[in-house]
Amino acid sequence: MIYQIPFLAVAGLVIIGLYAIIFKRNLIKMVIGVTLIESGVNLFLITLGYREGSIAPIFTSLPEGVAVPEGMALPVPQALTLTSIVIGVAVLALMLSLAIQIYRHYNSLDSDKVRRLKE
Amino acid sequence: MNKRDVAAAFFFAIVAVFLIFGAFMMHPFGEIEESDMDDYIIRNTQSIDADTDGAGADNAVTAVVFDYRGFDTLGEATVLFTAVAGVIMIFRRLKDD
Amino acid sequence: MTEMSKIVRTIAGVTFPFAVIFGLYVIAHGHLTPGGGFQGGAIVASACAMILVAFGSKWTMEKIKEKRLSVLESLGAIGFIGLAFIGLFTSGVFFKNFLVGNNYLFGNEALGKGDIFTAGVLPFMNFAVGLKVIAGLFVIVLVMAYATTMMKEGKK
Repeated sequence: MIYQIPFLAVAGLVIIGLYAIIFKRNLIKMVIGVTLIESGVNLFLITLGYREGSIAPIFTSLPEGVAVPEGMALPVPQALTLTSIVIGVAVLALMLSLAIQIYRHYNSLDSDKVRRLKE
Repeated sequence: MNKRDVAAAFFFAIVAVFLIFGAFMMHPFGEIEESDMDDYIIRNTQSIDADTDGAGADNAVTAVVFDYRGFDTLGEATVLFTAVAGVIMIFRRLKDD
Repeated sequence: MTEMSKIVRTIAGVTFPFAVIFGLYVIAHGHLTPGGGFQGGAIVASACAMILVAFGSKWTMEKIKEKRLSVLESLGAIGFIGLAFIGLFTSGVFFKNFLVGNNYLFGNEALGKGDIFTAGVLPFMNFAVGLKVIAGLFVIVLVMAYATTMMKEGKK
């Protein structure tokens, strides 16, 4: 059971982010929940590509005694996580800009009060 | 406690149970059974032959991001460009506002 | 946002060149050590955000207009796609690494010794993506800070 701790951490992050989106009414708290889910998914992508006792897949100044395909971690999940982090930054920037615009128009950040189209 | 709160709590409980149950059914952390594609990439990163798909780089992760999977990097550059265009468009003021 | 005190402004002005040089080092050595275009671009954008916080958003917007930064970002995107299309015209495959294996430009053999003239097209792609990320992240932070300062002044 102790070998599943990274996957339990991923489940914990996604559960806390989902709780923040469903049960909170402030808009900024919902944005924080979306960012938590994003962090959980990135952690899951990285933990899929780990071998026991391996080093980074870089050939500059390689220490001796490292078997070349079996002693290195997998490089493809790390590349996919890089793309996912940058997309998360772009989505966060757009969400915060829309929150500022909603506050300027309705003068409140409560999601129960921003319901009707105001003239 | 209207019906919407009860439905939200029920949905949240189901998703939480599925996530924790799924975390215990994954493979043990650190033991990977099939990794043929990544072994091929690690073995052929340093070569410069054209018939073994060599990249000629010392860093396998940069070679995967820009050479073996360059199309994903093109899509990500488009997403970053779209986000910057959207942010500038939201905060633009007309001169007679 | 308003500017901070004299001590903070002086230290930010002294630390800024070192942070930019470190970020450019991480971008330039992306094919030898861990790093690359995205990571180095994030480091330089953090240094520029430190200047924005220390000197206030009105001063920064007057010194650096956002139109010039948008031109820089478009240059980075055009460079990236141009390299992909040159690979298409030379060999018939989109995104082909056409500088690997020749003897005159970035085509040496990679032996694990840290030679900087290896890996073909990859250093140029690192610079193009790094320029795009620097300009993009700095424009996002600058426009949001300037717009909220203008909003707070217009309400009083």
